[in-house]
Amino acid sequence: MSKIEAKKLSVGYGKTPLLAEISFQALKGQVVTLIGPNGAGKSTILKTLIKQLSPVGGTVYVDEKNVANLSEKEMAKKLSVVMTGRLKPELMTCKDVVATGRYPYTGRLGILSKEDWEAVETAMEMVHAEETAQRYFHQISDGQKQRVLLARAICQETDLLVLDEPTSYLDIRYKLDIMESIRRLAKEKGRTVVMSLHELDLARMISDTILCVDGEKISKIGTPEEIFQGNVIQELYHIKSENFDAITGGVYMERIKGTPKVFVIGGGRESLSVYSFLARQQIPYGAGMLWENDVAYAGAKATAVTVLSQR
Amino acid sequence: MKRGMLSVAGLMILLAISTIAGVCLGSVDLSFSQVLSIVFHPEVEDTAYHILWDIRIPRVLAALLLGGGLSVSGFLLQTFFQNPIAGPYVLGISSGAKLTVALVMIFLLGQGMVISSFGMVAAAFAGAMLAMGFVLVLSFRVQNMSFLVVCGIMIGYICSAITDFLVTFAADSNIVNLHNWSKGSFSGMSWENVRLMSILILAGVVCAFLLSKPISAYQLGETYARNMGVNITRLRVILILLSSLLSACVTAFAGPISFVGIAVPHLMKSLTKSAKPLLLIPCCFVGGAVITILCDTVARLVFAPTELSISSVTAIFLVPVVITMMVKKQRGSL
Repeated sequence: MSKIEAKKLSVGYGKTPLLAEISFQALKGQVVTLIGPNGAGKSTILKTLIKQLSPVGGTVYVDEKNVANLSEKEMAKKLSVVMTGRLKPELMTCKDVVATGRYPYTGRLGILSKEDWEAVETAMEMVHAEETAQRYFHQISDGQKQRVLLARAICQETDLLVLDEPTSYLDIRYKLDIMESIRRLAKEKGRTVVMSLHELDLARMISDTILCVDGEKISKIGTPEEIFQGNVIQELYHIKSENFDAITGGVYMERIKGTPKVFVIGGGRESLSVYSFLARQQIPYGAGMLWENDVAYAGAKATAVTVLSQR
Repeated sequence: MKRGMLSVAGLMILLAISTIAGVCLGSVDLSFSQVLSIVFHPEVEDTAYHILWDIRIPRVLAALLLGGGLSVSGFLLQTFFQNPIAGPYVLGISSGAKLTVALVMIFLLGQGMVISSFGMVAAAFAGAMLAMGFVLVLSFRVQNMSFLVVCGIMIGYICSAITDFLVTFAADSNIVNLHNWSKGSFSGMSWENVRLMSILILAGVVCAFLLSKPISAYQLGETYARNMGVNITRLRVILILLSSLLSACVTAFAGPISFVGIAVPHLMKSLTKSAKPLLLIPCCFVGGAVITILCDTVARLVFAPTELSISSVTAIFLVPVVITMMVKKQRGSL
């Protein structure tokens, strides 16, 4: 049974569809990631899934029910969100912010019970945000804010989480941290996560399914293994084939053209640092003799003018 | 939450003190024991009895209710616009109310009729909704809340200008009343007025209090509020109606009163160190009542027997508060 499903969904602002004919589904415990260039419509899709925008065409199903027929209250118990956009709540501690996740479960005046506070604390522990509990939300760092917002979504105890770029602006430690929390949510707690990511390496690590959003449609849907092969990524982002290496995930700047002034002999890690030094100084170079399974081969192919290699 | 409870207790004590002060002090000073004996032995109908029962008590009650209502209205508007300087006066709601009340007054006086207090409220509410409606129509076109506040200020100026125009050309001696009223004053409150305003204001404040939960969700922004299960459109409409009703009621009875609506929510936030509506709505009501009673007492006393307009006093006391708050906010320490 699918937790969330889009059928022939068209999304956009007003009546003109930005993206059309989107169909995909996510099962219990799956992580589905949207990747694609800036402005391709990842956020627009997510906003439509959470009913912030109404679909231009097609239908979104949550627990096999059309979301158009679900009230706000019913939605709140099925789906929680972490969206982008700066949040500046006045005088709210992080714990207060997390506690808003219990909103659908409290009474008329919104007073939390003992069980609700326990759920808040468990959620904060899960994302390692306990130490910020008593601090004001607007005074903590972006990375901590993101953790707190994730904790808020977690304690809403929905089967489905929708996250818009949960790792943007975070340093590598927080990125790994958030990924770790998402993996545990999906694989240990059986929650379904639909999110957008800019970091291809993270998307590759965590996703069960990747959706490539190219600005007009979903150009490809598949497992990370199906997406990170051939020229799928290069075509999605409109970059040259040699700028990205699908096997290692390495990213390379434009090759320095011209007559090679230097020839780098041999491969391995050391020659990789020589390549990057030469590229930095804009010195055209040749490289060889390399086995095609050498760690340096992809780098040489992307940045050297000539490469001598053998299988 | 402990701090919150202490704040409520402190505010209640302040309210008691300021009410007593407001009742006792005036051009004829009454001692507290005199006041008690008049209240508990109302059969002796001397001058003091009339001063107290017909003038001071309704006046202080009016200041209490209207000041409280105004502050709650300010809190709702600040939440709605997510802007710290939003308030009924700044957004032109009070001026809109003033304009329609002036229109109705002049029209009825021309027909030789006197306007009832209910009619005043109805006219003021219509005006408040009109000014607010303008701001709202603009809000569908522009998302920038600061811009909306600026629009509100300008609408306020237009309404005030038209009111002045009407007042200048409506050559009727009764216009003197209108002129005094349009400056804002609690003088001449009747028991009938107090009865009507207590129904309206208390109903408005209780409704606002019962909306604490969705309002607290709304403080996190629309996206999250919707995800928490709040019907955003409905909440926005209710917030607008409630805050307009409250400030219209104030304007109808006492004329436009400046800065109470902006400053009191800020004061209460720094007092309680919290922005939770569940705590702040009652605190704003009581705090607004205290400040308005005190300001009204000052307005009566400093140059007695001449009275200052209430807005002059509130401006002098509360503008520094607003500025301090904004400076603190810019520095990020609040």
